[in-house]
Amino acid sequence: MTTARPLVRQGAASKTHPHVSPDRFAAATTLKAENAVPSAAGVGFKPDHLTAILDDPGSVGFLEVHAENYMGDGGPPHRTLERVRRDFPLSLHGVCMSIGGPKPLDEDHLARFAALCDRYEPGLISEHLAWSTHEDLFLNDLLPLPYTEETLDHVCDHVDRMQEVTGRRMLLENPATYVLFDNSTMSETDFLATIVGRTGCGLLLDINNVFVSATNHGYSARDYLAAFPLAHVGEVHLAGHTEQEDDEGALLLIDSHNRPVADPVWTLYDEVIAKTGPIPTLVEWDSDLPEWPVLRAEAESANAILRRHAPSAPKVRHAAPA
Amino acid sequence: MPPLPDHHPLDTDAFSAGLLDPDRTAPAHVTGPNGKGAVKRYNVYRNNVTVSLIDALADIFPAVLKLTGENFFRAMAREHVRATPPTSPLLFEYGKDFPDFIAAFEPARSLPYLADVARAERAWLTAYHAADAAPLDPADLAAIPADRIAGARFAAHPAFAVIASPFPVFRIFSMNRDLMDLAPVKMDDAEAILITRPADQVTVTHLAPAAGRFADAMSQGLTLGEAAGLALETDPAFDLNGALTALLSAGAFAAVAASDHGGDQ
Repeated sequence: MTTARPLVRQGAASKTHPHVSPDRFAAATTLKAENAVPSAAGVGFKPDHLTAILDDPGSVGFLEVHAENYMGDGGPPHRTLERVRRDFPLSLHGVCMSIGGPKPLDEDHLARFAALCDRYEPGLISEHLAWSTHEDLFLNDLLPLPYTEETLDHVCDHVDRMQEVTGRRMLLENPATYVLFDNSTMSETDFLATIVGRTGCGLLLDINNVFVSATNHGYSARDYLAAFPLAHVGEVHLAGHTEQEDDEGALLLIDSHNRPVADPVWTLYDEVIAKTGPIPTLVEWDSDLPEWPVLRAEAESANAILRRHAPSAPKVRHAAPA
Repeated sequence: MPPLPDHHPLDTDAFSAGLLDPDRTAPAHVTGPNGKGAVKRYNVYRNNVTVSLIDALADIFPAVLKLTGENFFRAMAREHVRATPPTSPLLFEYGKDFPDFIAAFEPARSLPYLADVARAERAWLTAYHAADAAPLDPADLAAIPADRIAGARFAAHPAFAVIASPFPVFRIFSMNRDLMDLAPVKMDDAEAILITRPADQVTVTHLAPAAGRFADAMSQGLTLGEAAGLALETDPAFDLNGALTALLSAGAFAAVAASDHGGDQ
């Protein structure tokens, strides 16, 4: 009788999902040290900031781009990305893969994503737990899904496929949501933890999304984070949100990426990094773009927290309780 | 792939149908927490989809927006987004049907040049993302023996486009994209606009109607002689050397090939 341990804890759908070792991408991803994204603050790259960023070396540890903006055949976008890539490690963030949808992934889109990986050698790649395409329609939003055994199977298949085609471990991002589904049978954190166990992917923890969803659905962001598989988080996202009202006149937060990071999100971030130690952290700002110094200051705020929780930082000795 | 069973927990048909149709109610299974309503909550997604696609059209067609004004543009774009949502996840490919939509859009009839301006703007963005290629070196053309020039065929550069119009499309485009100072134009001044990407920046160039017809014919694989013949039909005073020099310096072509047999024109 064998005593060999399974590589990964047995899951409910083990027949349809062959178990995958979390380190299966270690060999495929021959990540050179200079391509690795450091455990420092980065920003979402906008061409408007190109000159300011190049004139301000050392201001941020890495840049993240939306993959789709660089999926054209040629032209100025590629010249720009080639230029920033010379100075900065890159995180490649997809926004349209529709990993949360029921249909197989678009192989053409996957091939485009993989080609960008080969060309620009990102240190991190990521996508969303969401869907955005339906039949031949592209809906240009990150749409929600119920959390059930069936949707879990689809998402795991899609994560497997994306990791297979890119030859890299991907990070899956928790969504900001405005509705729930009355047919969900598991929590978002259990859903994400099971995906990690089955596929070997990592997670992109968007703390603004946590705060937005928790506020919108009336649960505690701290409870959510306590249940989140923090050991598998490869990157953190921070962003600003705006306020609206729901049908009952209660606060409804919108993940708008057009403002500074809110104070309660900074507090949650500080608490997460205190537990995990430094993690690559991205400040996202996608509309109503500020001047570079404003975005740089947001990144510096994240860096201050990362430095405070760095292993080498001097620990403050607290008086022993009486 | 077999169709999804009816009981699939994510009914993307219902969820997506409502996103672009304001008359539909929120789909089944969508709810707020603790039995709260989901009308405004589902409307967040509706709003995100519609507004982001209108914004995408506004980004692609800034001159059209300037000519119509913000409110008119957004109302026109909303109708187009609902009738013709994107089919590609690459938003920079969106809006290819918008010029024809504008041409048929009754409230825009008072701006008869608007669809041609939109065609030029759509071609501008296509040129921006087109494949990289070195423009044709004029020396390659000079190397062709004189008796074979007329039969030469040109390959258009991947970023090449020419939009011919019965209206002064080059000047209307340029003045409304802050490339040219505002000045009165005569509406019956027909113009063509040449769009190219020499030195990796998209460039627009004015072409007279005959030169526009010449450029278009060359890009479709007609010989230099055939294209010049069409241009002379448009304008007996067509200046072949001037037009060819303008096209070459704008980077309109990527390659030229002499005919296999000389003097066929």
